[in-house]
Amino acid sequence: MTIEAPVLERPDAAVPSAASARLSRFARPALGLLLPVGLALGWELAVWLGYSNGRLVPPPTKVFATIVELAKSGELSRHIITTLSRVAAGFGLGVVAGTLLGAVSGYWGVARRLLDPTVQALRAIPSIAWVPLFILWLGIFETSKVALIAVGVFFPVYLGVMGAIHSVDRKIVEVGRIFRLSGPAMIRRILLPAMLPAYVVALRVGLGLGWMFVVAAEFMGASEGLGYLLIDGQQLGKPAQIVAAIVIFAILGKTTDWLIELATAPLLRWQDAFGRERGAA
Amino acid sequence: MLALDRVGKTYPNRVHALSRFSAEIRPGEIVAIIGGSGCGKSTLLRAIAGLDRATSGTVTLDGATITAPHAKIGIIFQEPRLLPWLSVADNIGFGLSDLPADARREKVTRALARVGLADKANAWPRELSGGQAQRVAIARALVPQPEVLLLDEPFSALDAFTRRDLQDHLLDLWADTRPTLILVTHDVDEAVVLADRVLVMRPRPGRLFEEIAINLARPRDRNSLHFDNFKRRVLTALDRSLDRNVPDSEAAANAGEAMWW
Ligand SMILES: Nc1ncnc2c1ncn2[C@@H]1O[C@H](COP(=O)(O)OP(=O)(O)OP(=O)(O)O)[C@@H](O)[C@H]1O
Ligand SMILES: [Mg+2]
Repeated sequence: MTIEAPVLERPDAAVPSAASARLSRFARPALGLLLPVGLALGWELAVWLGYSNGRLVPPPTKVFATIVELAKSGELSRHIITTLSRVAAGFGLGVVAGTLLGAVSGYWGVARRLLDPTVQALRAIPSIAWVPLFILWLGIFETSKVALIAVGVFFPVYLGVMGAIHSVDRKIVEVGRIFRLSGPAMIRRILLPAMLPAYVVALRVGLGLGWMFVVAAEFMGASEGLGYLLIDGQQLGKPAQIVAAIVIFAILGKTTDWLIELATAPLLRWQDAFGRERGAA
Repeated sequence: MLALDRVGKTYPNRVHALSRFSAEIRPGEIVAIIGGSGCGKSTLLRAIAGLDRATSGTVTLDGATITAPHAKIGIIFQEPRLLPWLSVADNIGFGLSDLPADARREKVTRALARVGLADKANAWPRELSGGQAQRVAIARALVPQPEVLLLDEPFSALDAFTRRDLQDHLLDLWADTRPTLILVTHDVDEAVVLADRVLVMRPRPGRLFEEIAINLARPRDRNSLHFDNFKRRVLTALDRSLDRNVPDSEAAANAGEAMWW
């Protein structure tokens, strides 16, 4: 794995095992697909052969049909857009707040001693516990939902940024000092690049939590959104609709995560670990 | 000229790491500092570099007191400390950001060729061997043309063969602009091959113990009898410096006392 990664990354390098590299490039994800696809086919077959009526656990074709039906009526895109914009707003707010406060706490010891205990205490509260308060304060509509998502995103980003600044190698900072970088130049040329990998991880964790919290937010009385589809499916006894919403959540979650990875990949090409991660993905 | 006047350092944890270290180092001179572990060599070098301030005494370069990193003083550490997110070429050009891009590129290209890594310009630091990485670090430190270059055990992490290669290479590069070199090392061979003068330090508190001039013409033959003689002298001084029964040598003690009292 470790040996293959640079080969994949650098087409200009001498590639003695191009064929095998290409093979494993497709073979590896294929291997990961084997289990879910096998299970789905097996279940489909079991329902088709009449071993089960598939009422509570709908077979893949039924789920797919539900998705197609929802898509045709235009409902699907409406739900997706609603949920996506909630996640986007909450994620954006959470990232901005988490980055700013995390940077302040990471950079100034005084700010950390002032701020961090409070933030850590707030973090100990299960975020769902905020829901009633947010509804009282911000109403039942969009604002409270976005706020809840933002809270979920905030903590991993805050901790990630603070930790990233802290763990910047003192030895590398000394290189900046030797070349007499000014404060802003030190931040731009040393601190930012050094903390970028950890920041990207924090963003991805934050996004994952954002998706988790949007479901919670949409459970608390929404009239549209994928979370609403889940509740609606439960109340009307439509398991296929529930599974369809879950599948779409999975696809959206994975896609947005992949977009972050894609957007930051050019900035992280220098990293050892990145090649390995790509190779294993 | 670089002048160290009774430089002393006591760390906040009250470790007395360096005590009244005085020396005058001529422009273009190569000085090796050798001594047991923990005798304050790195402390001294960091004070000269302006990375840590001495708690007493002064470091002056051509009359200007050094209290912070100085444009004319460069340092190479034991580890290459390359910035992993910059290509080899950008690492070498790191200290040249004031220059216009093409002037910088030209200097970097020349430096790359000079350390024999022209083909690695676009490589990432992680793709270099230890010896190559340290050569990049040397190029990065030399490219702004410092008057004084400090080296803290720069080759100690390398194998014997690469180390020799880089010692010769360093001399070669030094001959270009003849900066002052101050080299901390544990390797007697390295000290005698490179230095005009070897300063032997002793610990607790770190101080100057003996000074040995290496009057050998360059290039020096590591296998010659003279070379062996100097090596033996340095080794003997080193042994004596670690022997608690041997008092501080007259010269060093007198010099210190005379100035202090
Ligand atoms: N940042 C620091 N804080 C407190 N004490 C320190 C610090 N750096 C070094 N010391 C102490 O100062 C003394 C001298 O350390 P220094 O690193 O200068 O030794 P050295 O001669 O470079 O040793 P070595 O050959 O092992 O590198 C040691 O006793 C060490 O424990
Ligand atoms: Mg040291």
